[in-house]
Amino acid sequence: MPSTSPRVGTATPSTSSGRALGRPTGRSPGARQLPVRFDLRGALHLVFFLGPVLLFPVLLSAAVPQKRLSIYSTVANYSLPIVQRQGRDYVGLLEVLEPLGTVSAKADGLHWRLHYNNILGEFTVDKNHARIQGYDADLSAKFLMENGRGLVPLAALNSLLPRFLGGPATLHEDSNRLFIGNVATHFTASVAPDDPSHLIFQFTAPVNPSVATEPGKLHMTFSHEPITAPASPTLTFASKNIPSAEYSESNGAAQITVTTTVPLMAAFSNDGRTITLTPAKSQPAAAPATALKPSLAVPQNVPAAQAPATPSSAPRRYFAVVDASHGGSDRGEALSLTLAEKDVCLAFARRLRLELESRGISTLVLRDSDADLSIDERAFFANTTHAAIYIALHAASSGHGVRLYTALIPYADSDDRGPFRSWPTAQASSIPLSQVAAASVTAALKKAEITVRSLTAPLRPLNNIVTAAIAVEVAPPASDVSALAAPAYQQLIAGAVANGIVAIRAQLGAAP
Amino acid sequence: MIPRHFFIALSILLAAVLGMSLYAWHMRGRAAATPVPSLDSGPVVAPVAGNTERVTLFVAYDDIEVLRSQSAQIPMPSVRQQRAEEVLRTLIALYLDKSSPHPLPPGSDIRSVYLVDPGLAVIDVNAAFADGHRSGVLAEELTVTSLIQTLSENIPGILKVKILVEGKQRDTLAGHADLSNFFDVSAINQLASELQSAQ
Repeated sequence: MPSTSPRVGTATPSTSSGRALGRPTGRSPGARQLPVRFDLRGALHLVFFLGPVLLFPVLLSAAVPQKRLSIYSTVANYSLPIVQRQGRDYVGLLEVLEPLGTVSAKADGLHWRLHYNNILGEFTVDKNHARIQGYDADLSAKFLMENGRGLVPLAALNSLLPRFLGGPATLHEDSNRLFIGNVATHFTASVAPDDPSHLIFQFTAPVNPSVATEPGKLHMTFSHEPITAPASPTLTFASKNIPSAEYSESNGAAQITVTTTVPLMAAFSNDGRTITLTPAKSQPAAAPATALKPSLAVPQNVPAAQAPATPSSAPRRYFAVVDASHGGSDRGEALSLTLAEKDVCLAFARRLRLELESRGISTLVLRDSDADLSIDERAFFANTTHAAIYIALHAASSGHGVRLYTALIPYADSDDRGPFRSWPTAQASSIPLSQVAAASVTAALKKAEITVRSLTAPLRPLNNIVTAAIAVEVAPPASDVSALAAPAYQQLIAGAVANGIVAIRAQLGAAP
Repeated sequence: MIPRHFFIALSILLAAVLGMSLYAWHMRGRAAATPVPSLDSGPVVAPVAGNTERVTLFVAYDDIEVLRSQSAQIPMPSVRQQRAEEVLRTLIALYLDKSSPHPLPPGSDIRSVYLVDPGLAVIDVNAAFADGHRSGVLAEELTVTSLIQTLSENIPGILKVKILVEGKQRDTLAGHADLSNFFDVSAINQLASELQSAQ
């Protein structure tokens, strides 16, 4: 039987211009040999053209991190991969619900049924609607099924999950973070009253961020904690070393970026609820700075017992919360063609903070940037800081001098139940204290020879605040509205208001 | 023989006449096809009937930032709801006057006042009233207090007031005065007293 090997072994050029690189091997005639012929130019073409094509996806996958959905609930915090289908983000619904309860799913042709506890969800491939317990639910895009796995659009979780869970679910779609129930961890940041070079972060639950640095910045990344944005994403501090911090969210994580002019150390205390940033020189020996630049030593997870026993490591409360009203798309009154109420309020709030801090009153400015804040959010943040006094700031073009307001309670019969306060009348029990504060500030303004009038007003969120609460409406000193933006005028009023608050510090109590 | 230029001019004129005739015919057809709205002979506003009565209006004065009571003799209907609407419309008319001490935006009006037992009044103002209202804590407070105090003074038995805009709830009048809650009339009485005293 003729063998094919002698023919195969004779390497002939495959093309006229090619040159044979393969040589016949000295194998036994019975051995099967593959034709191996190389063309140098063809091979080079292959390398140059096919190589990048093959390499591109590899490079791309390395450059773009996989999108993940972080889910925070009272049961567990976990994360899931997000897949891209038809230009949209999708997640597996079974995987989302699995850690939260008893869940099972069954595919039947184009139909997919999911049982979560006793709730039945029925989905159909390529349909924009589903049925949950017999009721229609909009998915905003097509339902997909892959190997029996049901995929729903990420955006649909906002409407789907409350149907299954019977409670609220809030999706931060831009950052792929899903909050199930009331699980958010809030935080405040302020410089230590005794040392402006120390910045203290207080969290409502223990946190364990990863800390990284770059010149002039310190990043704390919270991948597993349901940290939510403060009232204002940009926080500014009366500190030369640490002038500001910025909150942001992306790809399933929250990040706080602290701007600094000096190397910083982070110390954890209060069971992980407090992070104190201090200049590195104050703790040169205690820094296990293996993973960081030598000049930016940031020890992580320092147990409370090892944390520096400074007064600032204790939980901190603000004495005063100053709220610059309006902000963002809400410009407030157009005081002039170029002057918006929101801008005057912000400048005045920062000035008042300086005046109060210089008198030893720790102060939080609730809106420290041009942020959009709802009235309810303002009340929520003011109440959760447990400050001794809340001061809302407004500006007006009509009239002159200053008008002080306390809350006009919408109705007398409060719906308080046990420890729970009725939201519209939460201020009711603090009205006497608010009136004391208004009287003191009125006296201080009169002493500074500023025209002042004290009134009640149906002005939210005054009636939602559970501590002393006043509103200050600043009008121009005369008919010139531009004077509202004048530093000297703002300074005069801020100083007088601060004096009025200081005068009743003891009565307000609850000092930090 | 007819000159050539005369013939051309005549042709153009005839064409123009024909075109105009066709256009007029077309427009006539369209006009005939358009339904003619039936004339609405109903009254736009309920006629005010009854004897004139003296009412008390609480009028805001922006220049001195106070509320002042003043009397007015107006025709008052007998129905309680119409009385409420009439007294508030009198107040609004005063604010819309050229010499108004507390100008309201043009077109401001009271759409309706609903009286719901026991003791609830709902004042429904139109969009022009709220959309064009000046912004400011005191400016808005003067308007709200003026309305509620005038209503409660002239229509006995009102304990709570709710203000709607175009039949819907609105958070604030113009960014400050809270309209999301009811107003307790006794609290407004107290506020009106504060506002009646000059600063």
